[in-house]
Amino acid sequence: MNTFDAIRTYVLEIDWRYFTELVFGGLTKGSIYALISLGYTMVYGIIELINFAHGEIYMIGAFTGLIAAGVLGYYGFPAAGIIVVAAVVAVIYCSAYGYTIEKIAYRPLRSAQRLSPLISAIGMSIFLSNYVLIAQTQDFVRFPKLLPDIQFPEFFQGILRSSSFFIIVTSAVVMICLTLFIKFTRLGKAMRATAQNRKMAMLLGINADRIISATFIVGSGLAAIGGVLIASHTQQINFNIGFIAGIKAFTAAVLGGIGSIPGAMLGGLVLGCCESFATGYFISDYEDMVAFAILILILIFRPSGLLGKAKVQKV
Amino acid sequence: MSSMLQLKGLCTYYGNIQALWDVDLKIDEGEIVTLVGANGAGKSTTLMSVCGVVPVRRGEILFEGKAIQNLKSDRIVRLGISQVPEGRLIFPDLTVMENLEMGAYLRRDKSEITKDINYVFELFPILANRRHQSGGTLSGGEQQMLAISRALMARPRLMLLDEPSLGLAPIIIRQIFDIIRMVNERGTTVFLVEQNASQALKVAHRAYVMETGRITLSGTGEKLLADKTVRRAYLGG
Repeated sequence: MNTFDAIRTYVLEIDWRYFTELVFGGLTKGSIYALISLGYTMVYGIIELINFAHGEIYMIGAFTGLIAAGVLGYYGFPAAGIIVVAAVVAVIYCSAYGYTIEKIAYRPLRSAQRLSPLISAIGMSIFLSNYVLIAQTQDFVRFPKLLPDIQFPEFFQGILRSSSFFIIVTSAVVMICLTLFIKFTRLGKAMRATAQNRKMAMLLGINADRIISATFIVGSGLAAIGGVLIASHTQQINFNIGFIAGIKAFTAAVLGGIGSIPGAMLGGLVLGCCESFATGYFISDYEDMVAFAILILILIFRPSGLLGKAKVQKV
Repeated sequence: MSSMLQLKGLCTYYGNIQALWDVDLKIDEGEIVTLVGANGAGKSTTLMSVCGVVPVRRGEILFEGKAIQNLKSDRIVRLGISQVPEGRLIFPDLTVMENLEMGAYLRRDKSEITKDINYVFELFPILANRRHQSGGTLSGGEQQMLAISRALMARPRLMLLDEPSLGLAPIIIRQIFDIIRMVNERGTTVFLVEQNASQALKVAHRAYVMETGRITLSGTGEKLLADKTVRRAYLGG
């Protein structure tokens, strides 16, 4: 048997249904990672801070969505309307959180040495998760099923859940909107300019503080969308989900090249798929290990990430 | 007539180190005024103080009679002061076009902005060819042209230039200085900080010499060009 035949036999032997299922699983998780990691990467791009409280924003987004959905459900809204309104409420609420966190925990430390805001971020993260623990509960809470069921073509039945489908599509739309916003709007351009050279941006009349606030607001809004989406997918949430999701999304941001927006999107999707394939084909119990092994390998062999640029300074 | 920009007894510190000592200086509307001096004399600090980037500890900065030393830099830009900073500070990942748009960040008059973009493309045709290229790919001279154009996009009443000739080929320097003169003739007041004293003094109406944070000499450009100490210190004999 020659090589060509060997390859053909191998390809024929692949269980394509299972493979597709893993791809969908990876894209679902990856989309969520991407949504969260955008907040990390945008904030890092503009003030070189890893905002460790960002994962908690995602968790608060999920809780806000749950509370809003509960209230709306009580008044008898239709399910499809509830998810949209709940997501909008979560986005607004989390954006306010992001804005406030920056204002009280990072802005006073703007000219301090780099370690101080980082520690402040970790403190903020612990504070927020404990605050939700006290204010809500330590148990897992059930999140209502809000996304409608879709009748897929036969091939996809059983391997693609409609919530996955919604997550992938919504994330794609949100990320396209973000890209257009960053590329073409006045505020988006000012964000890029401020990220590239804050002093010069100020010399052009750009209010850097306001741009930084806007970055936190946008990043937190994205995390909130991620939170509501994942909650309606797994249908259970808890005060601690922000921690692991935050670290995974951070890994995705580093994988894509921290500071790079397309990098965060790509990094999220790649990380999600890697996890999905690794658990689907090799080691089903060690999902988290895969992500952190990737983090370590990236930090050692390609610290600038997939799409990040090694910094070259022109004199 | 009151001056456009006036510094009165300006003292600026970096931490505990005093960088400017009682700097007095004035610029009238329509002038090109230059501030020459060696490395570390405090020239850039003077500009940064005017722009509100470095805090002023004592003294006053009056722009058209109004004290601006406590304003934030974006407020100062709004009053009509633009800076072409040392090292050009082009946004490397923004295109030439986007860099220019950022120069007009505070303006909302779209059609006039388009007009001004065409105007700077007329001044520097090379930028028009490179409009979709990112700023980081331009040569040093092109970046300087872009930095000047970006400052012009704000339609400043007063333009501050920090070492525009730094690191450029003589032929480009001549072109840059021609443009500065032309910008001035079209009604923008220019405050030029330079180490390249011979070029700067030729183009300037009036000049100040700065040494270790103090103004030590002032007068018309021609007068300083002829001055013995200036010749010895800055013009090579």
